[in-house]
Amino acid sequence: MSSIAAPHADAHVESHGEADTLMGWLTTVDHKRIGKLYLYTSLTFFVLGGIEALFIRVQLMMPNMHFVSAQTYNELFTMHATTMVFLAIMPMSAAFFNYVIPLQIGARDVVFPRLNAFSYWVYLFGGLFINSSFFFNAFPDGGWFGYANLTSGKYSPGFSISFWAIGLLILGVSSMAAGVNFITTILNMRAPGMTMFRVPVFTWMSLVVQFLVVLSFPMVTVGLILLVFDRNYGTNFYVPETGGDPLLWQHLFWLFGHPEVYILILPAMGLVSEILPTFARKPLFGAPFVIFSGILIGFIGFGVWSHHMFTVGLGPVADSAFASSTMLISIPTAVKIFNWLATMWGGKIRFTTANLYAISFVAMFTLGGLSGVMHASPPIDLQHQDSYFVVAHFHYVLVGGSILGLFAGMYFYWPKMFGYCLDETLGKIGWAVMLFGFNLTFFPMHFLGVQGMPRRYYTYDAGVGLELWNLVATIGAFTLATGILIALINFITSGRRATQRAGADPWDAATLEWSIASPPDHYNFAKLPRVHSDRPLWDEKHEGGPAVSQAKIAGPGPHHVPMPPPSYWPIIAAGFLIMIFTGFLLGKGHYDAGTGSVVFDHAAFIRQVVVTGIGALGFFATVLKWFGEDDSHR
Amino acid sequence: MATATPGHDSAHGHDEIDDHNYTSLGLDNVKLGFWCFLGSECFFFGSLIGTYMSYRGKSLTGPYPVEVFSVHVTSISTFLLLMSSVTMVLAVAAAKQNNVRPAQLWILATAALGTCFVSFQGYEFTHFYEHNLTLQGNLFGSSFFTLTGFHGAHVTIGVIWLLTLTFWLQKGWITGDKGTIVEVAGLYWHFVDIVWIVIFTLVYLMEYT
Repeated sequence: MSSIAAPHADAHVESHGEADTLMGWLTTVDHKRIGKLYLYTSLTFFVLGGIEALFIRVQLMMPNMHFVSAQTYNELFTMHATTMVFLAIMPMSAAFFNYVIPLQIGARDVVFPRLNAFSYWVYLFGGLFINSSFFFNAFPDGGWFGYANLTSGKYSPGFSISFWAIGLLILGVSSMAAGVNFITTILNMRAPGMTMFRVPVFTWMSLVVQFLVVLSFPMVTVGLILLVFDRNYGTNFYVPETGGDPLLWQHLFWLFGHPEVYILILPAMGLVSEILPTFARKPLFGAPFVIFSGILIGFIGFGVWSHHMFTVGLGPVADSAFASSTMLISIPTAVKIFNWLATMWGGKIRFTTANLYAISFVAMFTLGGLSGVMHASPPIDLQHQDSYFVVAHFHYVLVGGSILGLFAGMYFYWPKMFGYCLDETLGKIGWAVMLFGFNLTFFPMHFLGVQGMPRRYYTYDAGVGLELWNLVATIGAFTLATGILIALINFITSGRRATQRAGADPWDAATLEWSIASPPDHYNFAKLPRVHSDRPLWDEKHEGGPAVSQAKIAGPGPHHVPMPPPSYWPIIAAGFLIMIFTGFLLGKGHYDAGTGSVVFDHAAFIRQVVVTGIGALGFFATVLKWFGEDDSHR
Repeated sequence: MATATPGHDSAHGHDEIDDHNYTSLGLDNVKLGFWCFLGSECFFFGSLIGTYMSYRGKSLTGPYPVEVFSVHVTSISTFLLLMSSVTMVLAVAAAKQNNVRPAQLWILATAALGTCFVSFQGYEFTHFYEHNLTLQGNLFGSSFFTLTGFHGAHVTIGVIWLLTLTFWLQKGWITGDKGTIVEVAGLYWHFVDIVWIVIFTLVYLMEYT
């Protein structure tokens, strides 16, 4: 019986690696495999969300189109945003957290490997849960922010909002578990000698992100629970008729929603902070400033949420306060941008695909940031609110920021993950098409917004001057999709075309993840490295510093490195967790027009109690097995 | 890049730093992770309490708090819950000295006090329901039952946790550091206790000021 305390304790003191079978992948607790699973799954959802976006753009290509109905259009923009935010960008970042953080800090795995696997399976099942609504004719249609009381039992009587709200609750569990895991990993699993200011910037930014996740998700969780209670049991939280206030939802949602913005962008900022110095062959300019700016962004990020709510009329005092804090947060952001520029200044820059993506990240994110500062001013925001100008802004920071940064990370870390470099020629073509298509899609939206085109309307009239730029944006969207397709083809086919192995350190980089084989062995580090600086590998190669790089352990296993054994309890626990939440889906009450309220449905409640009860019992039993897992027989 | 670090060639990468208990901060991993979780729980209950407070006095219909509250009964259950923190401290202290039997007894005492608290809450909920305060009836009912219900659920989970822990100690199934494992349960228990102090003050006592 193993202790519940330490994942590495009492494990079999050997490492054969995990079996490369279906069962091996289902029971994996290896952070590298889980990282790859996150990558594959998030790319799949990314394609799905992209297809939804293309449907939207076709519908808006010309005035008064009837490519999709208004209802379908609502479903498309809701699920496009929900998919991209929760199922594509966040888990794509998680892929890098998983793969890179333990390698960067010189650890053999995350601190709770089974919890890590659990996070992944909950994410996968949660994504399938939300999207399964499609087959029940209940595709969510309330916008990704699900404003009350449009989502109430009265105005959304079907299951669509239930799928959405409960799906987000499920995904919250996944993010929370991962957040706790990575905070503990980064704080407690650093290699000997790696003080906090020798921790690489990507890991630092990830640490800030995990704190944001752990502290902001509970607030939207409460908001969603109140919503589900309203819809299931007829409580009054968002029901104005009984004194409830729909504004409460907006506060709870944006208290989470704004930190979420930084959850989406900081990982990309971290990746870029690794890539630009590597390809400029210089250390990151003012690295402590970049780190402190990230921390500051994390702090202030909790104090700006009401800038999403200027139009609801919170009063001049609140508006001024939130306008100030919003303008304030642009300072640490600008600090980072200037640091990246100063890093490249005077460097011997190599224009690899990864670096091109990273440089274009800086440019595009700056453009998005500039329109963002405009929104910080309430009088201007009153004009921009719910127009295409806002759509242009957040796509500049999310696509031009997060996605370009994550693609940079993919080209950069691919050799580490798979042992070969991606094709540079195809990569550069894909990058150029993507960047061109991106600007062609979203830059015209600034014009459309200023011309007064509102968000979320499924069509527009001819003769009001919106035709040209909408057509251009649609052409741009297909160009962007082509660019992404080229990148995906590159991901899929490079392995077959690669003629040589990448080697441990293909980019002449500075940090620990490049000091071991590509891809690293199951145990990462045969011996935990000793760290003497913030660029240990660079110092070894170029400054005559102490050796940190190490070879694989020769010969077949067992290698006598203490590694956690695979486990099937995480995936089973995730399954039971989904069952618990499915009960809440079944427990939906029905809206009674006579009384004007949601009526507590006894039959539905009994269905819920049975399903949730079985799920909870199963979950409890699984957790007992999990904590008491006997390692000796595997 | 084949520079091997000293000691690696033995194919046996152990030395003192590879010790299982090595952590960068010198803190136990589970304890650190659990503190992060409790940080998150603070925001969870903070949001629930914030919801209750922002809806305080906003009910359009009765019954209103002072019409149903019985502060004497709730004071007794509050006292019992606070006392359970004392027994929990004693349980952790005993476990740290590896005195398994006393630790088990104190854990059982804690669980018993927790059960009393939940029973009081069950009685209170029934009593309120009989006075027409329901989850659906008015805003006060919705926010009151949701807030205290989530707290009660946390206490219930704590009781189940403690009972499981005693059972495992009895069976000798815990091979790790018993002190730490009991302490983590204690962290949870004290947290739930502290949340109740806030709830009791804001929800009950403030109605009588």
